[in-house]
Amino acid sequence: MTVPPDVRGLRVRLRQDHPVALDVAFECGAGELLALVGPSGSGKTTVLRCIAGLATPRQGEVACDGEIWLDRRGDVAVSPQRRRVGLVFQHYALFPHLDALANVTSAMSHLPREERAARARALLARVNMEGLEARRPSALSGGQRQRIALARALARDPRVLLLDEPFSAVDQLTRRRLRLELVQLRREIRIPMVLVTHDLEEAQLLGDRLSVLHHGRTLQTGRLENVMRRPAGALVARLLDQRNVFAGVVSHHDEEAGTTWIDWAGTRIECALATRFAPGDRVDWVVPESHVVMHRRERPSRGERENPVRGIVRDVVILGGDARVTLDVHGVDTPLTFEVSVHVAKRNRIAAGAEASVSLLADGIHLMATEATG
Amino acid sequence: MNVAPILLSLQLAAWTALLMLPLGLFVGRALAWRGFRGKALVEAAVALPLVLPPTVLGYYLLVAFSPHSALGGAFEWLTGEVLAFSFPGLVTASMIFNLPFAVLPMQQAFAAIPHEVREAAWVSGLSGPATLARIELPIAWPGVLAAFVLTFTHTLGEFGVVLMVGGNIPSRTRTLSIAIYDRVQAFDMEAAGLLSAVLLAASLVATALVRALAGRAVRV
Repeated sequence: MTVPPDVRGLRVRLRQDHPVALDVAFECGAGELLALVGPSGSGKTTVLRCIAGLATPRQGEVACDGEIWLDRRGDVAVSPQRRRVGLVFQHYALFPHLDALANVTSAMSHLPREERAARARALLARVNMEGLEARRPSALSGGQRQRIALARALARDPRVLLLDEPFSAVDQLTRRRLRLELVQLRREIRIPMVLVTHDLEEAQLLGDRLSVLHHGRTLQTGRLENVMRRPAGALVARLLDQRNVFAGVVSHHDEEAGTTWIDWAGTRIECALATRFAPGDRVDWVVPESHVVMHRRERPSRGERENPVRGIVRDVVILGGDARVTLDVHGVDTPLTFEVSVHVAKRNRIAAGAEASVSLLADGIHLMATEATG
Repeated sequence: MNVAPILLSLQLAAWTALLMLPLGLFVGRALAWRGFRGKALVEAAVALPLVLPPTVLGYYLLVAFSPHSALGGAFEWLTGEVLAFSFPGLVTASMIFNLPFAVLPMQQAFAAIPHEVREAAWVSGLSGPATLARIELPIAWPGVLAAFVLTFTHTLGEFGVVLMVGGNIPSRTRTLSIAIYDRVQAFDMEAAGLLSAVLLAASLVATALVRALAGRAVRV
């Protein structure tokens, strides 16, 4: 069955209440990598299984590259064997009794028998596994197994590549190398790729698009920078490890100046014009740590007039060359968090109990509708 | 030495082990992977012959094999023979008595294969039967062979059930262990000793083989 030509790439809609609640919707274009992030138990793996046909939701559609793989209303549910999906399992799920080459050729039933070995060798070479074709999985390291799993997934000539936490079981050095290889691979194959990860750093390094999942529900999907900079709500912001999420009330708009003013526990905060909120609306707002600038004691600058905020340092945690500072602002329960280099913290005598002031850069502040829950 | 009981026992063991192979595969795999209503009951039924006295099982089988019962009646209608005290009756009884030996090793072997490995096979394009033939059996074969060997050897030495449903008919139902009993009753200790030695040797080889197979399992 075919779908209209505008639905290329991967399109996923999943809905069910049991056994795992799902309300998922996202698209991923050819050549794009969508990072599916969310805490453990948020249903990320279930989503991949539904795309691969290993699980079937009560309602939903999965379409890829012009083919419908699942349409519960139309009663279409194509078997995993006929979906042409490349899936790299979290623990690789290699065939333990077969050597690396046979693991890869076993996924080539669509090719003539005489072509399989040569093609498998080429794939193994592409994932830097030349010379290890005759090794069984038990004689390979974690990183090598991951590469075989990737080669096996590619052996299907898949329409979509699904990666389930593929770097979670290897050491950091190998992880960095494998990520680099994945980036290189992306340049060569133009298919949609979905990467499930709970590692935000990994999602930011590899993803073009980001989809945030929580309790089986898609909270937001979009371009990576867009979701990171403009989360749809306080919950998304927190799931994306944004600490500076606060509540405020819209005070007024100044359309000429292109600014909106909010009241934050008695402090007036200036931010970019956001007329979708009316004066008096309660909003949540977020400011990235990168947009919190500490004032220097001896050297005031012009930037200090931008949303100046004073507070008492609650804690300073030193991590390598950086100091993470939490600042209690009068009248606000949640402390403001920001990072400065250790020497700046020392020079400005930043320590628990000391007074400090910062500026919240207006162009980094993002207003969000308040959520009923979460 | 009268070899007829030995040959009869070998025949019975071969038939039972061969017929139990597909049955054990089907039931063992289902119990290893599927969750279904009444699974605990099925597992209990499969293990029952381990604890049930052979005479009790033999009694119920004898009743079921009688021409007045559905099973015995159907057999007589089909073949014109009585199922009880016949070789086919012995094979049927042996199959039931050997359920745990045929099923449990296979269940364990299949349960040791992670579900993800089978799913990886499906996603790789392998159909259900191809997954069984190319992935599952090559991994689980030591368990499958162990089940075959255990069933075969266990049938060789079967006594209680065979005596109950087969009686002691020379060349028809007088198997090795019944012949041993028969010889001891007749104070022919030499013949009993020889037949016992055959059974001892066969059992020893079988248990050694099963131990060796356990060490051959593919690491998953």
